[in-house]
Amino acid sequence: MSGLPWWRDRRRLGWLIQLAVGLTLLLAIALLLGNLERNLTRAGLRLSFTWLNDPAGFDIAETVLPYTAQSSYAMGLLAGFANTLRVVVSGLVLATLLGVASGAASLSRNPLLAAVVRTYVEVVRNVPLLLQLVFWYFAVFLALPAAPEALRLPGLTLAKGGVFLGAVELVNGELVGNWRLSLELAALLTGLVVYSGAFIAEVVRGGIVSVPKGQWEAAASLGLRPLATLRQVVLPQALRVIVPGLNSQYISLAKNSSLAVAIGYPDLYAVAETTLNQTGRGIEVFLILLTVYLGLDLGISLVMNRIAHLVRIQER
Amino acid sequence: MRRLIQRLLPAVAAAALLPLAGCGGGDTGAGAGRLAAIKARGQLICGVDGKLPGFSYQDKGKYVGIDVDVCRALAAALFNDPTKVEFRELTSSERFTALASGEIDVLSRNTTYTLSRDAAGGNGLDFGPTIYFDGQGVMVPKASGITSLKGLAGKTICVENGTTTELNLADRFREQAIPYTPVKYQTGDQTYGAYLQGRCAAVTSDRSQLAAKKTSFPDPDAHVLLPEVLSKEPLGPVTVNNDSALADALRWVVFATMQAEESGITAVNLKQKLAFAKANPNQADLRRFLGVEGEFGKQLGLPADFVPRVLAAVGNYGEMFERNVGQGSQLKLDRGLNRSYRQGGLIYSPPFR
Repeated sequence: MSGLPWWRDRRRLGWLIQLAVGLTLLLAIALLLGNLERNLTRAGLRLSFTWLNDPAGFDIAETVLPYTAQSSYAMGLLAGFANTLRVVVSGLVLATLLGVASGAASLSRNPLLAAVVRTYVEVVRNVPLLLQLVFWYFAVFLALPAAPEALRLPGLTLAKGGVFLGAVELVNGELVGNWRLSLELAALLTGLVVYSGAFIAEVVRGGIVSVPKGQWEAAASLGLRPLATLRQVVLPQALRVIVPGLNSQYISLAKNSSLAVAIGYPDLYAVAETTLNQTGRGIEVFLILLTVYLGLDLGISLVMNRIAHLVRIQER
Repeated sequence: MRRLIQRLLPAVAAAALLPLAGCGGGDTGAGAGRLAAIKARGQLICGVDGKLPGFSYQDKGKYVGIDVDVCRALAAALFNDPTKVEFRELTSSERFTALASGEIDVLSRNTTYTLSRDAAGGNGLDFGPTIYFDGQGVMVPKASGITSLKGLAGKTICVENGTTTELNLADRFREQAIPYTPVKYQTGDQTYGAYLQGRCAAVTSDRSQLAAKKTSFPDPDAHVLLPEVLSKEPLGPVTVNNDSALADALRWVVFATMQAEESGITAVNLKQKLAFAKANPNQADLRRFLGVEGEFGKQLGLPADFVPRVLAAVGNYGEMFERNVGQGSQLKLDRGLNRSYRQGGLIYSPPFR
């Protein structure tokens, strides 16, 4: 060892600093955990998950799983998660379609189309999502007419009783159809798709712009039409810029789906909130929520990273 | 100089960690006695609904209602000033977390007293005396022509998330095998907003709450309550478990308003009664109750004259009821179960002995 004092020995100092930071971090965590433990003990609560098997006792408005009020809390949370997945998966697909179409349209040489899309993107991106969801639900979907005066579009019937896809019949003043979305689901899906679509449009536009102009010109000189150029030349190259950007938009969409609670859609968070109130198991419920949302988002990331790997430029 | 730095370094490091240590220790200090903490703060923090006429809402910028009066009574007992209360508005889903985390001292938000909320293995709360014996009801638009629960078969019902009504709804409809769809909202505003917009055929909650909300509807007479009562809903103030000092103080402040009604003491005749008690040493009950003699206040950690303070601030239970939800209010609720036991009701104070 050299005779250097410790505060001038870079290597030793580096180690010491790391050690100090590590210890401080551990101490902080220990303090927080200790605090939690102390407060829980004081309130007579202990971490436990056995309540998950107890009958939940509450109903869930819509569920794809065989859930009834006699089912367990675990089943209830699972039913809520299924509802979350329903919104997230269909939301991802629809938002991508809307986003890609708007992103490409915003670069259109038709000034009207480009202006409409730019306005949509700017308005939607700059208004809080919660506000938009409440707007869609209370101002649009709840303002729909009753069943006899239902709004009938080709393949789509809108009324206070719900949004119906495909054929519907009027039975005793109520609409009956095979594919029914509740107003809550319809409003949530619309809100999420319109919102995420605007962000995805920007990601797609950025991706397309990143492809050098020479590629367009080269394609044109080969006699390709603009749409064919976009599909066969530009988009494949733009994808490697677009995919990582899409990843974070997809993650946002999955997380934003928890705003469902504001408009009465029984997603995982809404069911968890009821569960929390009935059982008083705040920490356990939140641990479950954190784990599930983290898992969902990591899952999306994993898939998107695979796709990013596939679309990367392969050097030959 | 260098030596000085060397010596100071550990002290600086320790000082940097101090705030952390403080935050760990501070909470346990509050646990030793919330009542002492409230006294030291000079103000009571009370969780209320804030949007429920008759129970807690703002009238000309001031909180009023029977739930609010419970907080004001406790503040009057502690500080001889019913305005020393800070009100926090909470949704039904937020309320227990706010109480457990210590954000509020007392929860006075038309909360139903149930086993699982009281038990240490459940929500771990401590309930004060019931100030309103209620039951769950169902409200429908008059024009719908629905007159009983059976008429709601296959319909949608709006309900607030995180309430006992949510569970009772499931139980009652299951018992009678009536199919229905619940749509649950996070706040009362959303629930009644969606109901008024026609999302649901009916809305369910405590009957008093339905009556109260109805008064704020654009056309109150267009809605009716169904005759069925779905449940027992004893509503009262709540404190956190394992803090008897605060729970007892709250309990006896509320009982004082009930005892005063039994003894015929009102905000109006309080001064006469007090003078009468002081002048007549043979009126032992009255003297003890009003704190002229005895140590009731001291035993509870309250001032000796806490009862007269409470009565001067909010009056007796009957006055609180009539002013906020009874004939003196828009709600015009009948006292029903909430009469004093002497008139055949359930309002009863244990003896002040």
